[in-house]
Amino acid sequence: MTEVLPADGVFGLSWLLVAVPAISAVVLLVGGRRTDRWGHLLGTAAPAFAFVLGVVLFVALLGRGEQERRVGQQLWTWFEVGGLRADFGLLLDPLSALFVLLITGVGSLIHVYSIGYMAHDARRRRFFGYLNLFIAAMLMLVLADNYLALFLGWEGVGLASYLLIGFWQHKNSAAVAAKKAFVVNRVGDMGMVLAIMLMFATFGSVTFEGVAAGIEDASGATQTALGLLLLLGACGKSAQVPLQSWLLDAMEGPTPVSALIHAATMVTAGVYLVVRSGFVYETTEVASTAVVLVGLVTLVVGAIIGCAKDDIKKVLAGSTMSQIGYMMLAAGLGPAGYAFAIFHLITHGFFKANLFLGAGSVMHSMHDDVDMRVYGGLSRLMPVTFVTFAMGYLAIIGFPGFAGFWSKDKVIEAAFADNIWIGIATILAAGVTAFYMTRLMLMTFLGDKRWKSDVHPHESPATMTIPLVVLAVASVLGGVLILGGWIGHFLEPSVGPEEHHDLPIPVLALTAIVTLTVAVGVFIAWRTYGTKEVPVTAPRGSVLTRAARADLYGDALNEAVLMRPGQWTTRWLVWFDNRGLDGGVNGLAALIGGTSGQVRRAQTGYVRSYALAMLGGALLVVVSLLAVTLA
Amino acid sequence: MNEFIAPTVEYAELSPLLIVLGAAVVGVTLEAFLPRRGRHRIQVVFTLVALVAALLATGWVAAGLDEVEGASGRGLIAAEGAIAVDGPSVFMWGVLLVFSIISVMLFAERRIEGGVSAFAGQAAALPGTEAEREASRQGIEHTEVFPLVLFAIGGMLLFPASNDLLTMFIALEVLSLPLYLLCGLARRRRLISQEAAMKYFLLGAFSSAFFVYGIALVYGYAGSFTLADIHAAVDNNTGSTNLLLAGMGLIAVGLLFKVSAAPFHAWTPDVYQGAPTPVTGFMAACTKLAAFGALLRVFYVAFGGAQWDWRPMIWVVAALTMAIGAVVALTQSDIKRMLAYSSIAHAGFLLVGFAGAYGGDGITSLQSVLFYLAAYGFSTIGAFAVVMLVRDPGGEATHLSRWAGLGKTSPLVAGVFAFFMLAFAGIPLTSGFTSKWTVFSAAWAGGAWPLVLLAVGMSAVAAYFYVRVIVLMFFSDPVVDGPTVSVPSLFTSSALVVAVVATVVLGILPGPVLDLAQQAGAFVR
Repeated sequence: MTEVLPADGVFGLSWLLVAVPAISAVVLLVGGRRTDRWGHLLGTAAPAFAFVLGVVLFVALLGRGEQERRVGQQLWTWFEVGGLRADFGLLLDPLSALFVLLITGVGSLIHVYSIGYMAHDARRRRFFGYLNLFIAAMLMLVLADNYLALFLGWEGVGLASYLLIGFWQHKNSAAVAAKKAFVVNRVGDMGMVLAIMLMFATFGSVTFEGVAAGIEDASGATQTALGLLLLLGACGKSAQVPLQSWLLDAMEGPTPVSALIHAATMVTAGVYLVVRSGFVYETTEVASTAVVLVGLVTLVVGAIIGCAKDDIKKVLAGSTMSQIGYMMLAAGLGPAGYAFAIFHLITHGFFKANLFLGAGSVMHSMHDDVDMRVYGGLSRLMPVTFVTFAMGYLAIIGFPGFAGFWSKDKVIEAAFADNIWIGIATILAAGVTAFYMTRLMLMTFLGDKRWKSDVHPHESPATMTIPLVVLAVASVLGGVLILGGWIGHFLEPSVGPEEHHDLPIPVLALTAIVTLTVAVGVFIAWRTYGTKEVPVTAPRGSVLTRAARADLYGDALNEAVLMRPGQWTTRWLVWFDNRGLDGGVNGLAALIGGTSGQVRRAQTGYVRSYALAMLGGALLVVVSLLAVTLA
Repeated sequence: MNEFIAPTVEYAELSPLLIVLGAAVVGVTLEAFLPRRGRHRIQVVFTLVALVAALLATGWVAAGLDEVEGASGRGLIAAEGAIAVDGPSVFMWGVLLVFSIISVMLFAERRIEGGVSAFAGQAAALPGTEAEREASRQGIEHTEVFPLVLFAIGGMLLFPASNDLLTMFIALEVLSLPLYLLCGLARRRRLISQEAAMKYFLLGAFSSAFFVYGIALVYGYAGSFTLADIHAAVDNNTGSTNLLLAGMGLIAVGLLFKVSAAPFHAWTPDVYQGAPTPVTGFMAACTKLAAFGALLRVFYVAFGGAQWDWRPMIWVVAALTMAIGAVVALTQSDIKRMLAYSSIAHAGFLLVGFAGAYGGDGITSLQSVLFYLAAYGFSTIGAFAVVMLVRDPGGEATHLSRWAGLGKTSPLVAGVFAFFMLAFAGIPLTSGFTSKWTVFSAAWAGGAWPLVLLAVGMSAVAAYFYVRVIVLMFFSDPVVDGPTVSVPSLFTSSALVVAVVATVVLGILPGPVLDLAQQAGAFVR
């Protein structure tokens, strides 16, 4: 990694990236109804401004020498306590600059789209306020130069995601989903908090620079613990196994939210964290292997879930999990994979936002019905949506030439070079991806119409189709970033030089194998759904199908492993606190007093039982003190 | 005959204490001589003026504290060795007085009850009788609450500053007795209020007995009440260790009772629920602060040399307190009881900082606990102030189900409450995050990492029930003929504004207050 230079010239404006959307969010949320008429315009202008500034900064960064592309800006000291000092500092380097462009670029498009999508919602202004809050927090996350400020953004995007999943609060399912996302994310956040504590205790610093400087000399156990704790945080935010269960439910939120937060940006924060903390994972074999395994398992699980769902958004959610699995896996491979993880992250941001917004457009014309079994034959009625969706589809399955082809291929190459079995698993998953995406295409746009009688599909307004067109173009052309190895070279100041790997077979042969597997996936889907009529009610399906419909029993597992013991503990403690204490102590009182009759006088017995509990506690304290000494 | 030697008393340094206690005495006389009309207004103004004067005096004392030679602290031992006016004392005095001013403003609120205060018109009248209705009709009020609260505040100022165990015991009683009375004076739901006062009194007396017995045993061990002498005795290992350990344990019981640590917490939910809400807020912020100050002083100063004996005990108590507070709060259906269990959980988090017993060059345990207490107090008074505002015809609507959909009917009040909940949960950019962070890092630096792990886990559990309230307020449908939110007078509104602003500022720019806590340095012997 190269040295961080102080911010001068145009870089002094970096803080505006975070501040402008944040101020806009405050205006929209505090301003109340007065801002209803122009709220959505302000809400869209804020990320657009950030995007323009982001482009300016990006160009300025490109204009500098390679050794000068890491720019830090100290804003203020958050707190300083003895040895601990937490600065509010920003770091603009190639890695965060790419994220800034992705977040503000895709973010602006989704804001434009939301103007049309939420036009009939009475609370549209509030919606834009939350979206701006999200943009500000996400930019904070990627621009922070230390883990504590990163954690602030981390919690901020969590809060925004929570508010937006539950945005349609009149639906009970939305409120439940929001709560679930919050709780699962707290588990991940615990990992983050402990990791930050550990950094502070070990290095006395929580900045990226400080930790990177000290990590080499730390003990092996510390390195591993740090890696695993950060991974736990990443799993929560990026919906990786075992903390994946919230993402499918999160689809209860409005579709622009699913596109922006739960596909293109926030859920990739975990990958960002792992890549940013590369210096930790390079020191610990155990943790980096764990990252690879988590990625591998998630990419398979997500793909399987995607195959069985009939809810169009849940198919895409399963697919998101699976694609993030690819990124995670690449990030776990170390310097050989960082650039590819980020490359796939960016192309995925394009095509998955495209697909989600397309799905939103379809839902918009289908009275918000998400069941693909009552779609069909929409291609003629919604030509723009269909064509743009098709571009996203070709990109995600990795059709040669499209964005996903380049990025996924690179991840598979890196996986192959690392371990042949992991490589084979990623290839098979690519085939499964082709299967479920083809299934989605066929059930939605092709075949016979299966709509209910009161539905009249129509193309969406221009505010919704224009972002679709832009994203479709990006889905087709996103691959240019890899031309001449540009992205790997560009990211070098942030993540170190790309390691070159030797493949057991020629690259072209591998590409051919992947493309062939994809073709097989497409063919099977076409045989199953393209040539036969799709039943409107779902058939019973095989064991695997049923398991996949139930999210591979992820919830059941959570329930058995976490929820039930938790409930049991709660019940036991409450019983202990309310009745057990009284009951047990009352029993004791009866023994001491010799009369059980007194015990029944609840009113006086109550205080006395508290007092007896205190006496017991006092005895415990004194006896334990004595025991410690005598032992 | 020996000549009588007058004790020297450092009046200047003790002025905050003297102002508050003096004002309390004057307040009682005012009560006797002033006509009933206008008495309330005069008492409120007088009490607030006295507290502000004491606060100014505290600032003046703080500015004049001298460094102690050969130690890291600043300050002096005043009143013939009875009172330590050192950095931590002065810091706590300042914070206590600020909290007291906010609390007294809540005590003075009269608009939301339709012209009368939250306290019973005539404590002696039976609830629901003609006598009580008559008293309400005539607007009779117990303005004695103001001198009473001044006495309690005086005790609280003395408690963490006492330099010998006898003074500490007297301070304990001075702060407790007025509180027992105040708890029983609720205008609405008098029976549970009186029951709460009774329980608090009986259990408080019981815990005081433990405390005194502990003092006796420690005196038997060290031959002195002064903390410095006890410290010397522990260092020289004179006398019987068993005597010391038993005495230490019993003193701990008395103090842990006051901070509502498990297993001495049983009174907290009942008393918090029954007491008039302004009193609950006052107790949750101020009593906790004073008691933690005393706990830290006794254990760090007098028993510091024996810390390897008492640390395991504090570890167990801290773990138990966090677990019971956080987990049992999950099932509460009354908002005041929920806040009571939340306060137990926070006592647990504070004990984690205490258990670290860390005195290195980072933030010390003492300083982190002081900062936590300051941050927590503002949010907790604020939260109880919001509880005062949400009302049914029968008084405060404390059942959680009544709060459903409040975010739709009164977004501002619900938003403020949600903000306090987020602060309790420790979300960044609120004071809850910075204060948890400092306490946990001090504990971690002190080697108490297993406790920190548990504490982080318990914070996650606690976050769940705080968020549950937010979900209930914003994501549920309002109940039919739900509670109304009263428009408070300037007193409560300004108290709420102060609480919100403090919670935000301590979250974003905690630097100045952290610096103050750091400058407070260590205890002086």
